[in-house]
Amino acid sequence: MKKILLPLGMVGGLALVPFVGVQYAGLDYLFGVVIPYAAALLFVAGFVYRMVDWLRRPVPYNITSTCGQEKSLEWIRQDKIESPSKPWHAAVRVLSEVLLFRSLFRNNKAEFRNGPDLAYGSSKWLWLGGLVFHWSMLVIVVRHARFFFAMPPGFIDVLDQMDSFFDITLPAFYITDALVLSAITFLFIRRMADAKMRIISLPTDYFPLFLLGGIVGAGVLMRYIAKVDVMPVKDQMLRLMNFSFDPPGEIGTLFYVHLFLVCVLLLYFPFSKLMHMGAIFLSPTRTMLNNSREKMHVNPWRQPMKIRTYSEYEEDYREKMKKAKLPLEKE
Amino acid sequence: MSKYLPKQADLIREMEEKPSPLKGDHAKMEWWEMPVEFREGNFCFPAKPEVIEELGFSNPRKWNPVDDDWKLPEGWQKILMDGMRERIKKYRSLKLYLDSCVRCGACADKCHFFLGTGDPKNMPVLRAELVRSVYRGDFPMVEKILKGFAGSRKLTKEVLREWYMYFYQCTECRRCSVFCPMGIDTAEITIMVREILQLIGVNNNWILAPVANCNRTGNHLGIEPHTFVQNIESLVDDIEELTGVTVNPTFNRKGAEILFITPSGDVFGDPGVYTMMGYLLLFEHIGLDYTISTYASEGGNFGFFTSNDMMRKLNAKMYHEAERLGVKWILGGECGHMWRVVHQYMSTMNGPANFLEEPVSPITGTKFANAKATKMVHIAEFTADLIHNNKLKLDPRRNDHLRTTFHDSCNVARGMGMFEEPRYILNKVCNSFHEMPENTIREQTFCCGSGSGINAEEYMEMRMKGGFPRANAVRQVKEKHKVNSLVTICAIDRASLPPLMRYWNPGVSVYGLHELVGNALVMEGEKKRTEDLREDPMTGFEDKEDDVD
Repeated sequence: MKKILLPLGMVGGLALVPFVGVQYAGLDYLFGVVIPYAAALLFVAGFVYRMVDWLRRPVPYNITSTCGQEKSLEWIRQDKIESPSKPWHAAVRVLSEVLLFRSLFRNNKAEFRNGPDLAYGSSKWLWLGGLVFHWSMLVIVVRHARFFFAMPPGFIDVLDQMDSFFDITLPAFYITDALVLSAITFLFIRRMADAKMRIISLPTDYFPLFLLGGIVGAGVLMRYIAKVDVMPVKDQMLRLMNFSFDPPGEIGTLFYVHLFLVCVLLLYFPFSKLMHMGAIFLSPTRTMLNNSREKMHVNPWRQPMKIRTYSEYEEDYREKMKKAKLPLEKE
Repeated sequence: MSKYLPKQADLIREMEEKPSPLKGDHAKMEWWEMPVEFREGNFCFPAKPEVIEELGFSNPRKWNPVDDDWKLPEGWQKILMDGMRERIKKYRSLKLYLDSCVRCGACADKCHFFLGTGDPKNMPVLRAELVRSVYRGDFPMVEKILKGFAGSRKLTKEVLREWYMYFYQCTECRRCSVFCPMGIDTAEITIMVREILQLIGVNNNWILAPVANCNRTGNHLGIEPHTFVQNIESLVDDIEELTGVTVNPTFNRKGAEILFITPSGDVFGDPGVYTMMGYLLLFEHIGLDYTISTYASEGGNFGFFTSNDMMRKLNAKMYHEAERLGVKWILGGECGHMWRVVHQYMSTMNGPANFLEEPVSPITGTKFANAKATKMVHIAEFTADLIHNNKLKLDPRRNDHLRTTFHDSCNVARGMGMFEEPRYILNKVCNSFHEMPENTIREQTFCCGSGSGINAEEYMEMRMKGGFPRANAVRQVKEKHKVNSLVTICAIDRASLPPLMRYWNPGVSVYGLHELVGNALVMEGEKKRTEDLREDPMTGFEDKEDDVD
């Protein structure tokens, strides 16, 4: 339980920080200007550092995971995606992983039965839950662009209207808000309910779930319940976008909770498992081509090496080889 | 029966009664609190001091994993940590795979060792966490601020024991990697951990003794040149007796067009030798100009389970010998990890092989463009091309006594991507072929449970557990389609699946693909065939006189 309560307490504590800070200490400049700038800066720097840190390491061998037929004889059909031999094959492979979670779609559940016997059932819930979670997050982040631009690009409006298709509340209810909260709940319950998940989960797995839950929760409260005035929020965001250091106007405290948790997320992101967002584009088993016999892959740190040569071998076994009538280099 | 093999009833009781997250039982403690217990039967014997000395490896000594004192060198923690840091610099894969796991759990129930043992530390995610937890501790700042939060720990003796136990309960089969949304390959981590454990002399005799043999004699089994030749000649005699046809393999012959290299298990071990007889018949059938080397007499490469350098050193013999003999290209026999090495590492490690030519089949004229750089062709690719071009006279009825299924070897499946060729051949040489359930074949194939150098006698119990998912899938086709023959294209399979079948599925025999090819080949000048290559009677070809009796 400790591994759940610790991160939960951390997120709760973090949410209180701006509440107390703004409500009682009047630190809205700190929470509205200083911390957002610092968090954004560290996020970008940290993200770039992590990516560069991975990219600068060599990939000495071609280690494609082949999940389909290799390119071989002409009359045998190659699985271009699962055994890519051209860059665009691998690009489709990686993108389908990023956009559609291709490998998770394959997921199955092994069941042990007395006998003993094993059965494998389809198990697409993780795929569905993960996909809903990530896509909702993306839509939510993108539609937040209307706070960051005085004139948001046109597609943002379209996206916004699609997302608020079920116009049942005032302001209009966003589908993605419900989806992301359900998905976070599902991902959390999944970690609790399954014995395997319980044992593999760490505090660092619960923390981002709770943090995102807190961010979305604060956002939902602001929009539908506390109804925080949007205009000063947008003004403040526009100021930040213009690198202005002017103090923020009068904004509801709940907004600062929302914003601060986002800043925590930005700070946490580059130094945590959330970096899988960048890593997925680099995974050598998926990005590389299964053409290692067709085209020589170069290992940058390869050094000359001494081996046991044929002459040494013949030297040791000459008599025996002679008796076996094997051809020799030296008689 | 081996003294290391538990009675089946006992093993089944253990599997059914022991609580395990596989069965949804609540784990009462965290994984890092679970003790690691070595006892006879759950480890492979450590390498003998003389083997270590011959290889020039670290810390040769007699020791026993059951003992408290492993006689480790002074400062072993630092040696391991430095070794790990060095490899994190050299391999993007290692760094990335230590960094990017989200513990989504997709891999958890995909490992054959987890399915067979129920041990949580055999879930691929936790196998990697054994290392990640120490690696994360490599950043003391973070851990100081967030103690316990990041789940990091120090490299203690207990952690070392975990590494030794669980990185030899991984066969580097890559099945988990198929399901991982990040493409994390636990094999990469296992390879590195086994490599750094060599630095402090924590090792496996069943891997290192063959490595030493291979370096010295040219093959894992340590067969010296004259014995190697004798052995193949005795197979030639067997072939003559059975078929009336004389095959004429040559050895170390300069100027041959093709160098043929296969695992030494095919030359020395049962049932591998029958596969070898199949190769010899095939080459005779098509009149191939080939030679076999006694120096490069090993296709397999236990160096792959040892260290990057050792893998390279053993593999280098193939090109070295091909150049000396002046052949045009190399043809490789049926083997799993051999083909992972040849396909994904060989040209990078020891190429470019500019002294060889782009492989062309001398019989069909087919260019093997996919082997243009490495210049080595898989025998299944070669034979499939022959059959496709109608160059073989085959009578599949000669395999009518066999009802077959096909086991995809992990390395050929997930480290090469060859699925269709062996199936094409199998369908042409026999009339009864049934696939195992779809979650257990092709890219989702299960390891035999003994791959990556853990095929040791003293490890029988673990092998029977690790091989259980494979055996269970075979049982399903045995019951449904009366399958009695498990066909493979891997020498380790041919060595390890027979005991697995005897244990879980008595009545199922293990065959190499080219043994079935050898059975089906109608040779010029052959005598009437009534028995297959292992002298079992063929159905429908019985001697008429026998019927009269």
